[in-house]
Amino acid sequence: MNSITEKLLGMISDWKEGFQGAFNIREDGQCAGRQSSQNIQIESKADGPGLVIRISPKTKGETVYIPACVTHSNVDDMVYNEFYVGEYADVIIVAGCGVHADGEEDARHNGIHSFFLEKGSHVLYKEKHIGTGTGTGLRKIDPITSCVLAEDSVLEMDTTQISGVDRTTRKTIAKLSARAKLMIHERLMTDGEETAKTEFEVSLDGEDSGVDLISRSVARDKSHQEYHSVIKGNNRCTGHSECDAILVGNGTVNAAPELFAGNIDAALIHEAAIGKIAGEQILKLKTLGLTEEEAEEKIIEGFLKG
Amino acid sequence: MLELENIVWSLPTGEEILKGVSLEIPDGKLTVITGPNGGGKTSLAKIISGIEQPTSGSIILNGEDITRLDVTERARRGIGYAFQQPVRFKGLTIHNLLELAAGEPLNEEALCSLLGKVGLCAHDYINREADASLSGGEIKRVEIATLLARRGLRLAVFDEPEAGIDLWSFTGLIEVFQQLKNHSGQSMLIISHQERILEIADNIVVIADGKVRMNGKGEKVLSELLEGEKASRCPMYEKNGRDCH
Repeated sequence: MNSITEKLLGMISDWKEGFQGAFNIREDGQCAGRQSSQNIQIESKADGPGLVIRISPKTKGETVYIPACVTHSNVDDMVYNEFYVGEYADVIIVAGCGVHADGEEDARHNGIHSFFLEKGSHVLYKEKHIGTGTGTGLRKIDPITSCVLAEDSVLEMDTTQISGVDRTTRKTIAKLSARAKLMIHERLMTDGEETAKTEFEVSLDGEDSGVDLISRSVARDKSHQEYHSVIKGNNRCTGHSECDAILVGNGTVNAAPELFAGNIDAALIHEAAIGKIAGEQILKLKTLGLTEEEAEEKIIEGFLKG
Repeated sequence: MLELENIVWSLPTGEEILKGVSLEIPDGKLTVITGPNGGGKTSLAKIISGIEQPTSGSIILNGEDITRLDVTERARRGIGYAFQQPVRFKGLTIHNLLELAAGEPLNEEALCSLLGKVGLCAHDYINREADASLSGGEIKRVEIATLLARRGLRLAVFDEPEAGIDLWSFTGLIEVFQQLKNHSGQSMLIISHQERILEIADNIVVIADGKVRMNGKGEKVLSELLEGEKASRCPMYEKNGRDCH
């Protein structure tokens, strides 16, 4: 693996000269390292680029890493990864992506992930996206995530994109069976002329299924963000969508949460709040001795962490 | 010592809120400013902390003219301000806020000590966000704790600290003010209508209609205020439209 991949891995995952447990490192569309564990098997897909990851039933406390890096311009990488999580398994999946553009051409990674969570399983999915490099080509990351959650399964998705990605469109589609829970926490910051588009579509098909979508974002400079969530309550269920955005400079945000209640016992809520940092917040931190710039930085840092 | 010399402050509409206020806030003493609502007390506190700039007049802190210094510079010179209506932050935890106030990392023991003084159990609160999930009383206590956390504080300004606090916590707060008064060596300026706060004041200043109406030793002014109240002409309430001197 090259030095740019190593640097990107440090930014997007827990890379410290290696991973513990199962992993697959993708570098410019090629496999740069792979290891399976007794309970987590990673194989190449037979019918195209990508992986099949099988997690044995009742696997507990293991982490599987599947980072992908694009290390130069003129790469358009597309990968199809499938995750089969066995009954009552409880694991962490780390799937960051780093894109480095050093020339005039674009550098792009498009990861299409499909999750199949069996009954009673629990997955914490952590994904961090970052763009680097001084090239004029655009850094693009366009993930599509499809999730099928069986009865009593839980999927927690923690996604972060803080800097350097010029264009991103994230689509997440999920179908939940009885008592399944989906929690998505998105953190996003765009700067310059970057654009970011987020689309969630969640079907709460099973009785007592539930979803909690939380997006916190900061749009700086001339960047633009779009947030569109659709929650379909097709049974007795609970759904909550929250989009909070801070505008800095001339940043713009379009938030459009959408709810469909197809059952009398569907309880669905959406919230969206967009605005600049409140002057009182800056003032309070100034009374503690911070400058205006320091106060703004701390407020944004806390907002995105929260 | 903080000296206010002939402070005038007007709204953009031209309405004069403070009409030539001159005061001295001595070192190591607790000064309480009281008076009727709308009389200019909070405006004066904001002018001292730099949130508002006076239309004319001077503010001198230990011999230095700080009139034109902004909020940050005054904070760095040791002036702290606890808001009457505390600000909420989505994402910043109480732990974060107290560390920002202290200007250094705080361990659990220090956090417990600070929050305990305002009647909050640290274990339940340090990782909570200082946002709308906190009640009015809780966020008020956190606001006061941010001032208690400050290092190098020379003058602590509390704007109606009693507002939104339950009786039990209020009793604890009085104890905190007494401890600060007795041991910290800090100057304290409290805007308050509360008799129990007035009772522990070294000095009491009554401001009404933008002017200093009374200024003197705490016991003496309080006794005059209470007598005035008995006579239904308390300057705090300006009943019957009378001025009290």
